[in-house]
Amino acid sequence: MTLSDLINTGLRRIPPWTIYLASFAYAGWLLWLGIDNRVGADPVKALEHQLGEVALYLLVLGLAVSPLRRTLGINLLKFRRAIGLACFFFVACHLLVWAVLDVQRLDRVWADIVKRPYITVGMAAFVLLLPLAMTSNNVSVRKMGAAAWGKLHKLIYPAAILGAVHYVMLVKGWQVRPLVFLGVILGLIAWRYLSKLPSRQSATREIL
Amino acid sequence: MANRWKNTLTDRDVTDDGVYLNRRHIIAGAAAGLGLSGIGQSASAEDLEPTSWDDITSYCNYYEFGTRKDDPSKYAHMLTTEPWSVKIDGMVDKPGDYAFEDIMSKMTVEERIYRFRCVEAWSMVVPWNGFELADLLELAGVQSDAKYAAFETVNRPEEMPGMRYPVLDWPYVEGLRMDEAMHPLTIMATGIYGKDIPNQNGAPLRLVVPWKYGFKSIKSIVRITLTDTQPPTSWNKAGPREYGFYSNVNPEVDHPRWSQASERVLGTGLFARRQDTLMFNGYAEEVASLYEGMDLTKFY
Repeated sequence: MTLSDLINTGLRRIPPWTIYLASFAYAGWLLWLGIDNRVGADPVKALEHQLGEVALYLLVLGLAVSPLRRTLGINLLKFRRAIGLACFFFVACHLLVWAVLDVQRLDRVWADIVKRPYITVGMAAFVLLLPLAMTSNNVSVRKMGAAAWGKLHKLIYPAAILGAVHYVMLVKGWQVRPLVFLGVILGLIAWRYLSKLPSRQSATREIL
Repeated sequence: MANRWKNTLTDRDVTDDGVYLNRRHIIAGAAAGLGLSGIGQSASAEDLEPTSWDDITSYCNYYEFGTRKDDPSKYAHMLTTEPWSVKIDGMVDKPGDYAFEDIMSKMTVEERIYRFRCVEAWSMVVPWNGFELADLLELAGVQSDAKYAAFETVNRPEEMPGMRYPVLDWPYVEGLRMDEAMHPLTIMATGIYGKDIPNQNGAPLRLVVPWKYGFKSIKSIVRITLTDTQPPTSWNKAGPREYGFYSNVNPEVDHPRWSQASERVLGTGLFARRQDTLMFNGYAEEVASLYEGMDLTKFY
């Protein structure tokens, strides 16, 4: 038995709903830490950043599902929908904390989206994620047809890039972490084109 | 020289360190019908209440130790601050290396409770201890043709792990116009809450220019040069469109990436309202005259 077999055997025992449970629990825990004043001097920013960062980690993980399976034989396919939806959940929380707790005023939220390029970019990523989150259910796959559904879900690539660019743009100066995120995300997307491209059909089969 | 500026924040505004650190317990106690005096005290200080020692010393921008807010407090202990000397050169009568102890023996240290507004749109109130920069410069003898003061932060990559990354063009440099440098509000801080200033906050001595964004208040200074030409400043070099030479706190001039109209006051909790940012960070009465006739949207 190889290592990847061992990992896959272990993974088979974990139901995908654990990802939802862990996500809600973690977001709730963060909120509680914030309310209880245990996340440093600026709880609003701490929460905002942590939620955004978790969303980026989940984006990376979601994009890594195919490469992991093809290069190392580790199969996370059954978790992919949960990873994607959890990612959307954290992006939505991140957006809510920013709008409600940070900016605090609806007119300023809108002004920022229009006026501040890094927020425009972040919002664009969120908008691209919306149809993906709404169609991440079996009914949608059946109604749309697998091919169209697969095509729509390629929107994750521009969304992921915009998400990482949003991070690069919002920090002062050229910082390492956001650039690493951007590099990894670009790498994972490039892998799809550089490796033997999965044909649309096999990509569809994966999704199903 | 010292004491020319009248502090509007008084000792009454300083929450006693012990009371502050225990505030959470006091508030918890008040809910149970105890500790009412604690509540009264914080209410009288209202919006000019100094930020807690813990928040001031754990939430720092000192990129030489890393870009995360908690990096400086984690790594700044690596910086050796003794012995320390400041080279004062350029257009001064007595250029040379001034030992920190010698400087301190000649300066009058006083408490200055200042608002501190970061360009990232958060703010604190800091009870600094320090002396007026004008007094230090006069010690070296300011020559009449000096127009600017240039400052430099200590440059020790081996003691400052953040310097491994080219986030900024190291060493950190800053500058003031001479009238700004000589203004009585401008101090060299050597302490916070009556204690020695911690390394993460710029030990052993740093500049504090309360009407400008925090990054102008350069930390751990090793050199001051008086010149007749405008000196380069680190953030201006990194992004001239975003960080001007003056960097005065101005709610009407936004940073290109975010509004400067309001600020989050640190230490006020998750659900606190933002506070409107004041022109020149609330020091307009003292410093607005320095910029008379200047277009502040152009000289930002």
